Amino acid sequence: MVIKIWKSFKKRIFGFLFKKKKDISLGFYGPPNAGKTTLANKICKDWTGEEMGKVSKVPHETRHVQFKEEVEIKYKEKSLKFKLIDTPGIATKIDYEDFMKMKMKKKAAQKRAKEATQGVVESIKWLDDMDAVVIVIDSTQNPYSQVNITIVGNLIAKKIPVLVVANKIDLKKSNLKKIEAAFPEYEVVGISAKKGKNINEFYESLLKLAKKA
Amino acid sequence: MGKRNKKLKGLTLHFMPYSEIAGLNSVERIKKLLKIVLNHKVVVLQGKLRPEEETRLIEDTMIMIGNIKGFKGVELAVIAQDSSSLGFMAKFKFGLAKALTGQQNALTIIGPATIVKEMRKNPKKLEIMMK
Repeated sequence: MVIKIWKSFKKRIFGFLFKKKKDISLGFYGPPNAGKTTLANKICKDWTGEEMGKVSKVPHETRHVQFKEEVEIKYKEKSLKFKLIDTPGIATKIDYEDFMKMKMKKKAAQKRAKEATQGVVESIKWLDDMDAVVIVIDSTQNPYSQVNITIVGNLIAKKIPVLVVANKIDLKKSNLKKIEAAFPEYEVVGISAKKGKNINEFYESLLKLAKKA
Repeated sequence: MGKRNKKLKGLTLHFMPYSEIAGLNSVERIKKLLKIVLNHKVVVLQGKLRPEEETRLIEDTMIMIGNIKGFKGVELAVIAQDSSSLGFMAKFKFGLAKALTGQQNALTIIGPATIVKEMRKNPKKLEIMMK
């Protein structure tokens, strides 16, 4: 009996002291073509040397959730390990004919549309598993779309910390102030994931966000 | 003669007071709203859905795209009063009213994507672009 109690006590104490710290599950959410995979790729390339997923100008290129585990990000002597989760873009409508306008054959377009609808459902299902979320918004587009507001509303309801990233600031049409005005209660970081512009500021904000997770 | 036979295209706005969905659970609310959208009508709902209901609406819409011929999804917009600019007491009253009656000082507009091309929203206006 005494041995049993001692073993249980030892297990608890040593388990607590040497418990492997869980990686922070960091989700990338946003509408299609905002640059979620481009940003996830940039982070992966910077810290692991490998990319995460394929990018394309045709919307809904990412149609399944993709992961990269044990990504250690360091900034100013601080370091944290993340599990990066790149999700398919969330949309309220998907029409295969839109893909055909981008020179895709009918069958391929229909297949892409079907997979894209399944991808949206998968993205929403994954919301519950996130420790923190980066919402990626195309800064050349209107930020007031209901998809953005719905994602933010859900994250608030689930008490998941959020960082808003205004992507594509290298483009002429980009309007960072409009994004900041649309999300006054959040820190908004303007970046260009493709060109790597302002990426250090992003890493600094990301580590701050992770502390809240 | 030809001109007389030409069909006029119309748009039906279906107004739904909040009381019509207040007693329903989330699944029933979404089912009711999407049923109207499937009948090629634009729903104007007094009030707004809860965030988890909005995502459920998107999920159900995606499932329907794959299963209902000709259905391509919805366009969705919510116009609501911004409470962040209110003073403390006004914010308290606003929160209390919201908790008691649901957010009825909002409007939710849901239209089928086959009819509504785009809903462009900014803090001061909502533009509904038709196909």
